[in-house]
Amino acid sequence: MTANAARAGRARRTRFNLRRWGLLLAGGLLTAIVVFAALFAEVVAPFSPYDLDVDTMLQGPNAVHWLGTDEVGRDVLSRAIFAARISIVVALVAVGVGLIGGTVIGIVAAYFGGWIDLALMRLMELLFSFPAILLAVILLASLGTNILNAMLAIGIIFIPGFSRLARAATNGVLRQQYIEAARAIGMSDARILLREILPNVMTPLLVEAAVAFAYAVLLESALSFLGLGAQPPEPSWGNMLNTGRGFMAQAPWLGIVPGMAMFLCVLGFNLVGDGLRDAFDPHMRD
Amino acid sequence: MAAIRPHRRDDRPPTLAIRDLRVEIETRRGRARVVEDMNLDVWPGEIVGLIGESGSGKTMTALAVLGLMPRQAGIAAGGIDLAGRPLTELDDAERRAVRGDRIAYIPQDALRALNPVLRIDTQVGEPYRIHRAMPWKQAAARAVELLRAVHLAQPEQRAREYPHQFSGGMQQRAMIAMGLALEPELLIADEPTTALDVTVQAQVLKLLREIRDTHGTAILLITHDLGVIAEVCDWVYVMYAGAVLEQGPVRRIFERPAHPYTQALLRATPTVRSVQGELLSIPGQIPPPYELPSGCRFADRCPRRFERCVREPAHLEVEPGHTARCWLLAAPAPLAAGPPERRAGRDA
Repeated sequence: MTANAARAGRARRTRFNLRRWGLLLAGGLLTAIVVFAALFAEVVAPFSPYDLDVDTMLQGPNAVHWLGTDEVGRDVLSRAIFAARISIVVALVAVGVGLIGGTVIGIVAAYFGGWIDLALMRLMELLFSFPAILLAVILLASLGTNILNAMLAIGIIFIPGFSRLARAATNGVLRQQYIEAARAIGMSDARILLREILPNVMTPLLVEAAVAFAYAVLLESALSFLGLGAQPPEPSWGNMLNTGRGFMAQAPWLGIVPGMAMFLCVLGFNLVGDGLRDAFDPHMRD
Repeated sequence: MAAIRPHRRDDRPPTLAIRDLRVEIETRRGRARVVEDMNLDVWPGEIVGLIGESGSGKTMTALAVLGLMPRQAGIAAGGIDLAGRPLTELDDAERRAVRGDRIAYIPQDALRALNPVLRIDTQVGEPYRIHRAMPWKQAAARAVELLRAVHLAQPEQRAREYPHQFSGGMQQRAMIAMGLALEPELLIADEPTTALDVTVQAQVLKLLREIRDTHGTAILLITHDLGVIAEVCDWVYVMYAGAVLEQGPVRRIFERPAHPYTQALLRATPTVRSVQGELLSIPGQIPPPYELPSGCRFADRCPRRFERCVREPAHLEVEPGHTARCWLLAAPAPLAAGPPERRAGRDA
């Protein structure tokens, strides 16, 4: 009886873990593939992403060009692999900008409170009130369209979300007695912010960063699709998709390949993000 | 005087002297006087108890000494001197230099007072890094010595652990070790034993006494537990609704409590003898600080109130060194409690 119950409990726990860790594993695997391809694009890609070849224009998938060629004869697989690099770099920088900017703003607002809090949070709400793409377009229109500004624009889009999370987490930490104890041993504000508060608010922010990463990939693709991100001939899933749009009837692979790449990449990051969120969520722990 | 208060010294000022302190808080319901006419001394090597119910202003007094009062609170009158030098005149940076170096604070709940993501040695060594700019490694090594000094078993291994791996008593020892780091002149312990079970309580109190004996530290012990006062304190201040109602040597206060509040407090404390009998509680509630009565603040709960209680009494001498704020000491004691229809209520 007891042994049975124990076995059932073990089985349930195993199944539960399998589901949880299985998804995280699948996500991790997808992410690893994308990151590997991005890091070693020169080695992994069978062709150069830039070389034109009029003889091989608009070929369907075949033994030489596994995923076919585009309207100027470039290898689609190679371009998709190099595009992963741009997506990853843009997402990394953008999430970095959002995470650092948002964390600083959120912690400072919560810690100092009063009018500083009020001013910073109203500013964040102002940013929040714009639809993401619109805000990015406005920023890029005023900063100039290039990939660096695209990273910055996407990062700025992320700042309000991270700042709210950081502010809420800081407000929780500020009520803790160890902050008072730190003051009681004469710790300065700067040191309290860095040593006492920052490490205690990092967990939710890092989980959020993993989720934001997938969103950043999508935003980069959207901006490139609109011609505001990576500029041709630089390959990006967004601008590849835009090209493919015109050839949907003759050469559907031109749209399908970057679309699928985007889908798998975003799926991978989302699964990792969700897995991390569950792993750090105290309610999910048994 | 010296005989009455053995730690009193004529050649130097008290470590902590609070003079006519008044602390006010801005609230939505007006200005609240949370501490009023507070006078308190702690001499070197003396353990002074500050006892009172929740909301009586004892923690606010400690925060005022540390300069860590909430934003809405301010010192409206009076002063606080540390070894003869006024603390209240220092600016923020100077006060920060005093905290943790010359005044240490031991909070009530040690687990919540330790940062959960930092190792014990990092935290216990923190005062050295803040006030002495000591390198990390050296501070951690000193932390191990401090942990040994507060009798933590296996300090080398334990120092590398995180707060949640410690028991309540060990956490409190770690907090005390942190407080001792720079050998402060004054140690303020805010209910240091409340969160601990009784055997561990006794160990922590013994440790405080040991610190006093070896370093001559002046200790201000805030508590609501008369047992703790009886066990370690030399002198006691009884606080009620923001004011000290009675103060004197611990032994005298226990033997001859003069203020009806102190008497009630002593009766409300279970002892071996009284456990079988009825345990008395004090009827009524502590008045909120924004509507204090104009007379004696204990009057509406006092079983012995009479006409004079509509005016606030001053501290009157019970015996040398021992004073209480009660008219009973001035007038010949009435035979019984004042007639109920002539009560001096707080609507006065």
